[in-house]
Amino acid sequence: MKLRINGEWLTVPETVDTIGELLGHFQLDHRVVIVEQNETILEKESRSNHKVQDGDIIEIVQFVGGG
Amino acid sequence: MNERYSRQTLFSPIGEAGQRKIRDKHVLILGAGALGTGNAEALVRAGIGRLTVVDRDYVEWSNLQRQHLYSERDAEDRIPKAVAAKQRLSEVNSDVQVDSYVMDATPSEMERLLDDVDLMIDATDNFDARMMMNDLSQKYQIPWIYGACVSSYGISYTILPGETPCLNCLLDQVPRGGMTCDTAGIISPAVQMVVAHQTVEAMKILVEVWEAVSRKLVSFDLWQNQYTSIDVSRMKKESCLSCGDDPAYPFLEYSQQMKTAVLCGRDSVQIRPPADGEWNLEEVAGALAKQEGQVEQNPYLISFTTENKRIVLFKDGRALIHGTQDETEAKTLYHRYFG
Repeated sequence: MKLRINGEWLTVPETVDTIGELLGHFQLDHRVVIVEQNETILEKESRSNHKVQDGDIIEIVQFVGGG
Repeated sequence: MNERYSRQTLFSPIGEAGQRKIRDKHVLILGAGALGTGNAEALVRAGIGRLTVVDRDYVEWSNLQRQHLYSERDAEDRIPKAVAAKQRLSEVNSDVQVDSYVMDATPSEMERLLDDVDLMIDATDNFDARMMMNDLSQKYQIPWIYGACVSSYGISYTILPGETPCLNCLLDQVPRGGMTCDTAGIISPAVQMVVAHQTVEAMKILVEVWEAVSRKLVSFDLWQNQYTSIDVSRMKKESCLSCGDDPAYPFLEYSQQMKTAVLCGRDSVQIRPPADGEWNLEEVAGALAKQEGQVEQNPYLISFTTENKRIVLFKDGRALIHGTQDETEAKTLYHRYFG
């Protein structure tokens, strides 16, 4: 499955079914992030319900603390 | 207006009128590390009227790779960053009034510094300070600009009280135990990119061109060639305790402050962060393993020994810093390794 993530087309295993699993795939599941799927920002609680589909445009912004 | 700012005033969105506004403004920068020095130098060169710099730390050799205002001499002499920054900034532009404070600022200390402040810039290295700034911003209606960076990654967002969502609206929880510049490293271009975002947003606010201010959360990874922005304007929450209909400013409360206590006779300081759940010790241990030092772990805690300090982190985020009785130094070490 191909997804455009943060502006880049990436191939993601078909086993990744939901946004929650996508975050797990990128090891971001324990991080504080904002996720936008096809221009809609997803609530944290709904990430495990939202399916990812081929061609989805995903933006992931991770909050970091350094400075 | 003199020749000094001629190239900036030729830029039509600023112009002579904008330059006069910049000259009348007072900016407070919390933190004088990489982001703080970058922002401070840019704003002082741009000709702001007054700058207040607050920092609790001193200059170390590991700062010189990216913290532009400091010299080898400052690191050798362990000069407090706020002092060294003021010295250099005064050489850069003697027309700017620079006030510097060597302190680990609490909400009440910050409140005393906020008189006449038009804008706050985040150059801190931890979310305790950022959540405090966020609440101060709402309580006193002062805009602030979040900025952070680690590795080759950076993020920035501008908060206008009464208009944009605040940082508390955007976060479902306060990030803890993530990557820090001391565990994942940091390259200077990532700093400069965040500084560029923060400085240009500052300029828009200082010249009062509000419509130009970005409503987007921006992030980028310069090494991975990624650049992302999300329009977060719909994330403002009426129920937000910082900026909602009935604000309580929770992060200005004593219960939300990081507590420290010197443990008598043990050459140790205990640090207790605001309680908000269990930490992922595996992840923290993984990050520490890449450091110079020894990491030991059991199901309840991590022990990390580096140089002449031993840091023990418990699952609830509480830590014992052995080898110091200096509470500010202990907090600095805590934020350095645990964010």
